[in-house]
Amino acid sequence: MTEYLRPRTLAEALAARAAHPDWLPIAGGTDVLVSAPHRPAPKGLLDLWRLPELGGITEEGGGLRVGAGVTWLEVQRDARVRARASILVDAAREIGALQIQARGTVGGNLATSSPVGDSLPVLLALEAELELASTRGVRRLPYPQFCTGYRKTALAPDELITAIVLPPLAPGAHLRWRKVGTRRAQSISKVMGAAAIYVDAGVVRRATVAFGAVADRPVRLAAVEAAVAGLPCADASAAARAAVASSISPITDVRSQRDYRLLVAENLVARFFAGLDASA
Amino acid sequence: MKLELSVNGRVHHAEVSPWRRLLDVLREDLALTGTKEGCGEGECGACTVLLDGEPVNSCLVTASQCQGRELLTVEGLAAERDGQELLHAVQRQLVACGGAQCGICTPGIAVCAKYVVDRGALAGVSDDAARAQVRELLAGNICRCTGYQLIVEAVVAAAREVAPDAPTAPTGGGPR
Repeated sequence: MTEYLRPRTLAEALAARAAHPDWLPIAGGTDVLVSAPHRPAPKGLLDLWRLPELGGITEEGGGLRVGAGVTWLEVQRDARVRARASILVDAAREIGALQIQARGTVGGNLATSSPVGDSLPVLLALEAELELASTRGVRRLPYPQFCTGYRKTALAPDELITAIVLPPLAPGAHLRWRKVGTRRAQSISKVMGAAAIYVDAGVVRRATVAFGAVADRPVRLAAVEAAVAGLPCADASAAARAAVASSISPITDVRSQRDYRLLVAENLVARFFAGLDASA
Repeated sequence: MKLELSVNGRVHHAEVSPWRRLLDVLREDLALTGTKEGCGEGECGACTVLLDGEPVNSCLVTASQCQGRELLTVEGLAAERDGQELLHAVQRQLVACGGAQCGICTPGIAVCAKYVVDRGALAGVSDDAARAQVRELLAGNICRCTGYQLIVEAVVAAAREVAPDAPTAPTGGGPR
């Protein structure tokens, strides 16, 4: 029989996590419960849903700290997230549908770290850091150091994800997000991408561009970022498009094909960098 | 584990494995079979119930996680007055508009629509904008019979009935 524990405090949760590293931490459960009847029952459930310390969105050092237990519906409702990280709201609205958004959490998307996790390119583009806690202490990792391979993370067996921290948004930021799938709701993405483009005086000073479903994990497109840095806005779109092919090597699978994914990624990147002057 | 579940304002007792889905406990242990299983993967919304007031797929929640929380299923939508069952506006309008055919998706749609309507999410917006919002908010409820048109009409009509001009509460979604 599966054990069950609903800790009342983070300290209690971390102690339980250390004592039972083989138990399944569960918050909304929207991922781990898919096909539950056909999966072996876990040894225990560590129920983190509505654990107070994992909730809430707070201001921190000019940026935002979003608790790992915050749901995608709560992300959509938060005016500060809308103002400073609009693409996180855009992504939240396309994660599953209302029922999934009411239950799925920020921390859950990170813990699974599927290459098609909808929030992950956004967190990469916004250069978010993860806060991880254990009875040994707290550490912070940028996402590229957290996700180390296909659904592989650097989360230690005694650790829990407690929050993401979004740094302050630099001036002149243009935020972009687009998901491509068979329909807007529910369907798993074929390709999705996000970008934060920092423009000053008609020049792209710097950009972060990240895509999902084009590699074994969500990735930054370093060649695209390098290609556009310092370019006049008018030249950025073509240069960005030209650098996509050397940045990613998507695969063919049940949801899409390599060539299609590459073309869509090129089109999205070109669109992200188009019209930067006009919308400045 | 021993479980105390509050469903539709009534406390139920059950002895369940902590890994069991809420959907199964509702249907098999509590005999509340109004909630339907469609896909079992959180794709179709047929099993939608309200958990602490928010719509969730009961196939993706363990019953153990619902201890001490408030559940509302389709059986709890109607009110009772003077021994008479009084249907919720969304139920009445689904009937009046013909927003149902085979009925498997209907309980989930009624529950999700109740959430949308009772929050006043469609108040103060034009009918066209309301229809677009309903389509986004109910995108997780799949119907393979109706083509959705009459369901959308029913939800908008119910919203007009419940909150003709109440202020708009944030529901998520909204105009794109």
